[in-house]
Amino acid sequence: MFPELNNLLNTTPDRAEQGKLTLLCDANTDGSFLVHHFLSFYLKANCKVCFVALIQSFSHYNIVGQKLGVSLTVARECGQLVFLEGLKSSVDVFFRAQAEPHPLQFLREANAENLQPLYEFVREALKPVDDGEAAWRCPVLLVDDLSVLLSLGMGAVAVLDFIHYCRATVCWERKGNIVALVHDSGDTEDEENNILLNGLSHQSHLILRAEGLATGFCRDVHGQLRILWRTPSQPTTQRDWSLTYQYKIQDKSVSFFAKGMSPAVL
Amino acid sequence: MAAVATCGTGAGSTGSMVAAGSKNNVTSFQRRGPRASGSDSSYSRLVSIAGTRPSVRNGQLLVSTGLPALDQLLGGGLAVGTVLLIEEDKYNIYSSLLFKYFLAEGIINGHTLLVASAKEDPADILQELPAPLLDDNVKKDFDEDACNHKTAESNIKMKIAWRYQLLPKMEAGPVSSSRFGHYYDVSKKMPQELIEASKWHGFFFPEKSSSTLNIEPCSLTHGYIKLLQFIQNIIYEEGFDGSNPQKKQKNILRIGIQNLGSPLWGDDLCCTENGNSRSLTKFLYVLRGLLRTSLSACMITMPTHLIQNKAIISRVTNLSDTVVGLESFIGSERETNPLYKDYHGLIHIRQIPRLNNLIYDVSDVKDLAFKLKRKLFTIERLHLPPDLSDTVSRSSKQDLAEPSKLLGPGCGVMAGGKKHLDF
Repeated sequence: MFPELNNLLNTTPDRAEQGKLTLLCDANTDGSFLVHHFLSFYLKANCKVCFVALIQSFSHYNIVGQKLGVSLTVARECGQLVFLEGLKSSVDVFFRAQAEPHPLQFLREANAENLQPLYEFVREALKPVDDGEAAWRCPVLLVDDLSVLLSLGMGAVAVLDFIHYCRATVCWERKGNIVALVHDSGDTEDEENNILLNGLSHQSHLILRAEGLATGFCRDVHGQLRILWRTPSQPTTQRDWSLTYQYKIQDKSVSFFAKGMSPAVL
Repeated sequence: MAAVATCGTGAGSTGSMVAAGSKNNVTSFQRRGPRASGSDSSYSRLVSIAGTRPSVRNGQLLVSTGLPALDQLLGGGLAVGTVLLIEEDKYNIYSSLLFKYFLAEGIINGHTLLVASAKEDPADILQELPAPLLDDNVKKDFDEDACNHKTAESNIKMKIAWRYQLLPKMEAGPVSSSRFGHYYDVSKKMPQELIEASKWHGFFFPEKSSSTLNIEPCSLTHGYIKLLQFIQNIIYEEGFDGSNPQKKQKNILRIGIQNLGSPLWGDDLCCTENGNSRSLTKFLYVLRGLLRTSLSACMITMPTHLIQNKAIISRVTNLSDTVVGLESFIGSERETNPLYKDYHGLIHIRQIPRLNNLIYDVSDVKDLAFKLKRKLFTIERLHLPPDLSDTVSRSSKQDLAEPSKLLGPGCGVMAGGKKHLDF
């Protein structure tokens, strides 16, 4: 959790909003620091988190999480975090036929139509616990990242359907949040990715877009973050509100500043 | 990345320190702790594996790519468990050389090799590996080269062009104290006894294509499925994924895959615009899953200049960890350009992974050019040559300004654009 980003978004772990879909998107740069931020943010906010991590291994998130002040192993053991490690499970699914349907079942199939097993996994993971012993605040689904699902053979429509089902269950029914990362391919004409990105942009409440600088590489400013607040349910009654900041990623935090106000320049 | 943390747990036994160059005499004799919990992290020590070293930034286990200059640009080396993707140059000259350096480094360090190719028999590839430069000959040869090019002016403070003193120096010669990367002589072949002493597995696609599949077809081409099964068999049988705890000595598996994505593998990505785009990306994903759960590192060369659908290249880049692109000047108009006369090609570091960290080692220099000499493959910052002609003609400067537009923002000497400004 980066305190400066919390200030920009005007939230703290104590008063996290509910029922929101946050879209993280990166173009020409790596937006994974945002995923680490939200993971540690929701774990500190005492929410039950289901993390579908398709790109990196558990120890990667764990080590970065420790720098940010959360321990994923502890969270996983006490049941606060349900972690689906995509890379490790893909090997199991691909080489050995599974008895019961696995969330990554589509890896084995030639023409997988939809992501239903993955949705069932998420629904099962974020089921409210009835015995009330450790009441977590609200369920959160975190996906890193959705563009990989396109590379693995799913169509953009199937991924949009998956998010739609998850939104209905997690956001609307259980008043939780969803955070998903999508890569923006930029100039390369990846049509499926554009469909996915546009579709999700229209459904989300908050869009965080990390972009590389238009002028190229810089050692002191790693990129630009555009924050866009939207209200998808009420079309055009309020104007969408957006802010732009530049950032520099450091070892344990990210510092944000207004455009052109990098400490290296001033 | 499980490599660093868990590879110590399997060796909770008599602590065999097997580093080739390590000079410690401390025996880490530990009692074999209870196996029930599976991870006795308080007792585990990192067992040194030959040819590896931990990264200074995040403790990641690194192996050398065979090219010390490239190791330096990648932040010390190639991390164990990751994929290095080399985008081939147009005629596959320098990328196959990098491939051979990678395999030769594996033989020198005693790693197990897995060579997969659809074009050449792996046994033939291994016969063609360059010979390593041994330490006692190296110093003499480099001193000869050094005298020709530069004197010992590195310690002299520059009086006139003193701003250039601040520019970073790229390491061109061997670092004598490290045993990590080795240098190779391209004109000689690796001695036969070294090749025979090494352990290697070969996958030659035309030989294996006829056998039957025992996995249901899942939108991967035949070649990729067989290659994945082969790799997974080797990893499992030889215990690289820690499944065989009786092995005392841990080793790294170096996987080299040549020309992945080319039509020789049965993939039609390079032939048509709407080829089977899922096959290659799914292969890369499952391969990365295999690598992350084992002590192995992989180098793949891919002819991306042949891939017609550009969206695939961005997907492939996102699915790989480190991506390096090679662009050679052979056959292009740049060969005769005076800008590039000292170099053989450009090298683009397109992506470096952030492993176990928010930040990563990225070099400030974005315009890199390489030059292949007989005993050295150097990668240097691309310098624009000084304009020493007496008559400054506008046309010659115009020609030079054209290709310099394509250079990255690192060299700001000549701005892009047609107009030539005279100050």
